[in-house]
Amino acid sequence: MFRARSLIASLVLAGAIGSAWPDIIAQTDDRTIVVASTTSTQDSGLFGYILPIFRARTGIDVRVVAQGTGQALDTARRGDADVVLVHAKAEELRFVAEGFGVERFDVMYNDFILLGPPSDPAHVAGSSRITEALQAIDRMKAPFISRGDRSGTHLAELHLWAKAGIDIGAVREPWYRQIGQGMGAALAMAEAVGAYLLSDRGSFAARPNHAALSVLVEGDDELFNQYGIILVNRAKYPHVKTELGQRFIDWMTGPEGQNAIAAYRIRGQQVFFPNAKPVTR
Amino acid sequence: MTEALTLILAGDRTLYQIVALSLAVSATASLMAALVGLPAGAWLALSDFPGRSFLIILVNALMGLPPVIVGLTLYLLLSRSGPLGPLGLLFTPKAMVLAQTVLVAPIIAALTRQIVHDLWHEYRDELTAMAVGPVRRVTALLWDARFSLITALLAGFGRASAEVGAVMIVGGNIEGFTRTMTTTISMETSKGNVPLALGLGVMLMSIVVLINAIAWGLGRWGTRFSEPGRDLLPLVYSR
Amino acid sequence: MRAAASDLPILFEDVCVMIGATPLVAALDLLISAGRPTALVGPNGCGKTTLLRLAMGLIAPTRGRISWGGKPQVNVAKRAIVFQRPVMLRRTVAANMRFALASKQHGTDRPDRVADLLRWVGLAGLEHRPARRLSGGEQQRLALARALARDPEILFLDEPTASLDPASTKTVEALIETVSASGIKVIMATHDLGQARRLAGDILFLVGGTLREAAPAAQFFANPATPEAADFLQGNLVV
Repeated sequence: MFRARSLIASLVLAGAIGSAWPDIIAQTDDRTIVVASTTSTQDSGLFGYILPIFRARTGIDVRVVAQGTGQALDTARRGDADVVLVHAKAEELRFVAEGFGVERFDVMYNDFILLGPPSDPAHVAGSSRITEALQAIDRMKAPFISRGDRSGTHLAELHLWAKAGIDIGAVREPWYRQIGQGMGAALAMAEAVGAYLLSDRGSFAARPNHAALSVLVEGDDELFNQYGIILVNRAKYPHVKTELGQRFIDWMTGPEGQNAIAAYRIRGQQVFFPNAKPVTR
Repeated sequence: MTEALTLILAGDRTLYQIVALSLAVSATASLMAALVGLPAGAWLALSDFPGRSFLIILVNALMGLPPVIVGLTLYLLLSRSGPLGPLGLLFTPKAMVLAQTVLVAPIIAALTRQIVHDLWHEYRDELTAMAVGPVRRVTALLWDARFSLITALLAGFGRASAEVGAVMIVGGNIEGFTRTMTTTISMETSKGNVPLALGLGVMLMSIVVLINAIAWGLGRWGTRFSEPGRDLLPLVYSR
Repeated sequence: MRAAASDLPILFEDVCVMIGATPLVAALDLLISAGRPTALVGPNGCGKTTLLRLAMGLIAPTRGRISWGGKPQVNVAKRAIVFQRPVMLRRTVAANMRFALASKQHGTDRPDRVADLLRWVGLAGLEHRPARRLSGGEQQRLALARALARDPEILFLDEPTASLDPASTKTVEALIETVSASGIKVIMATHDLGQARRLAGDILFLVGGTLREAAPAAQFFANPATPEAADFLQGNLVV
């Protein structure tokens, strides 16, 4: 049965190569860390720009798992990430208070903007206060798309509704739609339906087509969107790559990383603004 | 669509990395699933014990296991706070291979069981008369059914290539590391880059169609072992 | 090269096989001894095939006892059977032969044996042809070679030339004679009286599942003891 034997041999060989393949193709390296971050940060393309710079500098391969803010923090709580980079300060502080994070550092900010159809049925264009705009939308029951996925953007949106004095959780009417998906999907839907939407500036800048939605409200202090970076606490999970993770945080909050963040552009526009406080060591 | 085509023609390294990873993960998973599924299916076909029917129903039902459920279960097992955490497999291609193996193994087992069962029906007298022991029986039937089994394997491969739920959850869609064609399509759709997603989808389908074409050709070549020659066919059927 | 213990003679004591309430064969008391071929003859449905399978050890009697050389069924190592429609494995001619040789307990010099046996049945040169691409006569001869590869003490044949043309029949009959002459006991079921006349040393005549007459061939054909036998030999339908 020479043919059978050679077939089996080639199958075994294929299996051996095959099981090695994913690692061969995917360049495994022990100098790696897992960073849990948000889809909006990933989708903006920031990591694609700054991480190669970091790797060239330190030889450390950063693997970014992009989820919603809530999910990212939960991933870290389970010990499946070394560093967390999200934008929901209250949640981040709670994370550290629970003992999962070592310390929280500001790293960069951008802002949220209220987008909507050019026809602007709720007449919110140019409002200086986001809360007033939201109240108008609530009164008009104008269509509004919410991320609904515990992301940083979603949590910020909920916070703003609360600030506007509206119990958005009690709303059952169809004008408020929670889609449970990422920023790109939310933008696509808002464009298609002609709805209002709270978005981060970076994701909107990355949209190919800007005609369907207009920036209606911006610049309010409430729309400030701060990103924080946290090292996962080794005390909870001994396997956490503390040294490598700390190097990443040091770089991100240090001059080189901060410059890289500022240098990142989408269609000529800067989308992230570094604001790490200098650390005295 | 043109965006995807441009990337392909430009030999975009990222794209090729994604395609290579997708194929490697699905192919490895299919092979590992075959290592488990082929003997299991053959054993189910040939053995007789109380509860066998229940096991067959279970295996058939597992063919329709939702990928997200496999992904979620494996995620909980492989997470650092889970029982298999120390293996450090979460968010790696190995975890993706594991997830797809779990998805594909029941398919291969169920199809193998059916194929071997039918073949056993045909070979039973001869193999019994030759006093062929249980192990040799299994190997003989599996070998003789090789062409049908390759089709089963390819059905498994197709299922693995097509799924996104499991690999997304246990792989994490990490750029340059665990990003496959399906997770890229899902991500690009979510970002609103529908044309790019479509282009990738067409690419994925083309690969799967190509592989199935090869399988079909192989199956046709295989009929020389199972059917009388075309010149003899009139004689056979006129008897 | 026969082992000390022999499977002959085969003794049936009040053997009966029932399917539900219907008897296939009943009240069989007979003895098959070494020597010239024994032919089982009788009208269609008389139980020839069932008797053959009982003697081969493929089925167990519902009632009664069968012993081989004084022993109850141990293993079929010393017996081989060629079924009425032999099933070729989905492989080449040579691969079929190697499979049969591998199922023997004692290893023999395999490549030589394959070539020898194939040459012996007149299939030399067809080693690499897919077995299912052989003609009917060739497949019968391959089945015969497969059976002989097991080095049997007893060879069972079920209607060995039923579907063959006269030329192939002649070839196969010549082979059967040579096999018998080499010391292998041949037990064959046949509906071809001419064949029985040509080859048989002893006749077992069955009607309706029971043994009507057991006699040496010359005696059976010249002087049948029972009226049914006489009828049958005349070519009348025996119900």
